[in-house]
Amino acid sequence: MRLIWKAIGIFAVLGAGLFWLITRPAALPDQVAIGHTADAENGALVFAAAGCFSCHAASDSADKTVLAGGHALKSDFGTFYAPNISWGPFGIAEWSLPEFARALRDGVSPEGRHYYPAFPYTSYSRMTDEDVADLYAYMATLPADPTPSRAHDVSFPFTVTRGIGIWKLAYLSDDPILTGDMDETLLRGRYLVEGLAHCTECHTSRDALGGIDTTRWLAGAPNQSGDGRIPDITPASLDWSVDDLVNYFTTGFTPDYDSVGGSMAAVVGNLGLLPESDRTAIALYLKVLPAR
Amino acid sequence: MTFFSRPICIVALGSALAATTAFAAGHSEKAVADAVKARHAQMQMVGYHTGVLGDIAKGERPFDSAMVDAAAGNIAALAKLEHATLWLEGSEQGAVEGSRAKSEIWSDAAGFTAKFTDMQTAALALVGAADQGAVGAGMGALGETCKACHETFRGPKN
Repeated sequence: MRLIWKAIGIFAVLGAGLFWLITRPAALPDQVAIGHTADAENGALVFAAAGCFSCHAASDSADKTVLAGGHALKSDFGTFYAPNISWGPFGIAEWSLPEFARALRDGVSPEGRHYYPAFPYTSYSRMTDEDVADLYAYMATLPADPTPSRAHDVSFPFTVTRGIGIWKLAYLSDDPILTGDMDETLLRGRYLVEGLAHCTECHTSRDALGGIDTTRWLAGAPNQSGDGRIPDITPASLDWSVDDLVNYFTTGFTPDYDSVGGSMAAVVGNLGLLPESDRTAIALYLKVLPAR
Repeated sequence: MTFFSRPICIVALGSALAATTAFAAGHSEKAVADAVKARHAQMQMVGYHTGVLGDIAKGERPFDSAMVDAAAGNIAALAKLEHATLWLEGSEQGAVEGSRAKSEIWSDAAGFTAKFTDMQTAALALVGAADQGAVGAGMGALGETCKACHETFRGPKN
């Protein structure tokens, strides 16, 4: 009998060790964007495309530059509160560029802990080194805010963030979804949709573990935070022309003059800050998606 | 208790409870459903008139100052409709089929009213627009008021 307990004990230790190994956070990159001169002006465009303000500004704030945090994101796994990412001691002023890059693309904090994927690093994983560096330079120009970050409202077992390491093995990737022959405009569209603008995080349904179901890419999803449905934006449902789409991204008006609302209102506001070629690229990407 | 009197008691108590709840619910199911339909009709009218202006701004319809003034005036009039008959308590998204009204409409009634005031102001600013360009510029401001209200007070599609 004693031998069985010994065996169980050894396996338990081995199992824990294996778990620790496979859930280890990504290593800090040595350098990011070697030889690139950071461009805060491009950083402002990255900031708009990635929609940082939409989650990280205080809920009732009209100022797009005060990233005090506090906005609540309800989900099946609990309620997450976006942290303060202002350029101050309560935010991220003390972060190095490699730490910033690892947070955005690997979902790991400077302390080496996994972030909850309520932060859409599963999309930001596709960001280029240069865009990360430019965004960092832009954010360094934003004001500090003294609001402490609010703790997430999450219950056991989701409080064990180490477990996210296993989740990441299945769901964190920078592989492109749309593949094949693509010209520069489509490639830009893909980079924006699959990366910076992280459209999938709302527009694609998730499985029981909260991971994106890539077989139903952008085909719509229930609203995780309340009532209703986020629409299918593949050609199966979206029959708008490229011009209709670009006009919507610019003005917020649909072809029949309904107006955008809800969480999409901020997206349209942000897309309006980008060059028109970016809005066109997004529209073209949506038009070539396989209808599902 | 006899064999039948317990189930009879349960049914009687249950019915009494249901009846009390229904009595306390306020507006009837039909009343809130009709109110939702009426609001959708109000918004369809706004959309129709926005389309008149939008088509002129896009150059898909020739500029016609009488039409511009009429469309802008009608949008302003629609923005002025009194809320009491339309935004009934208990008609929010989830409570009534088809409704996309968020509960903030009632918890922040002053903010909701302010959005209609902004819409009215933006619509009136379009009255007397001199040319296609002016209509386009005015549409931008009007669109911002539509977006601002929908952002806070309208939920996602059902």
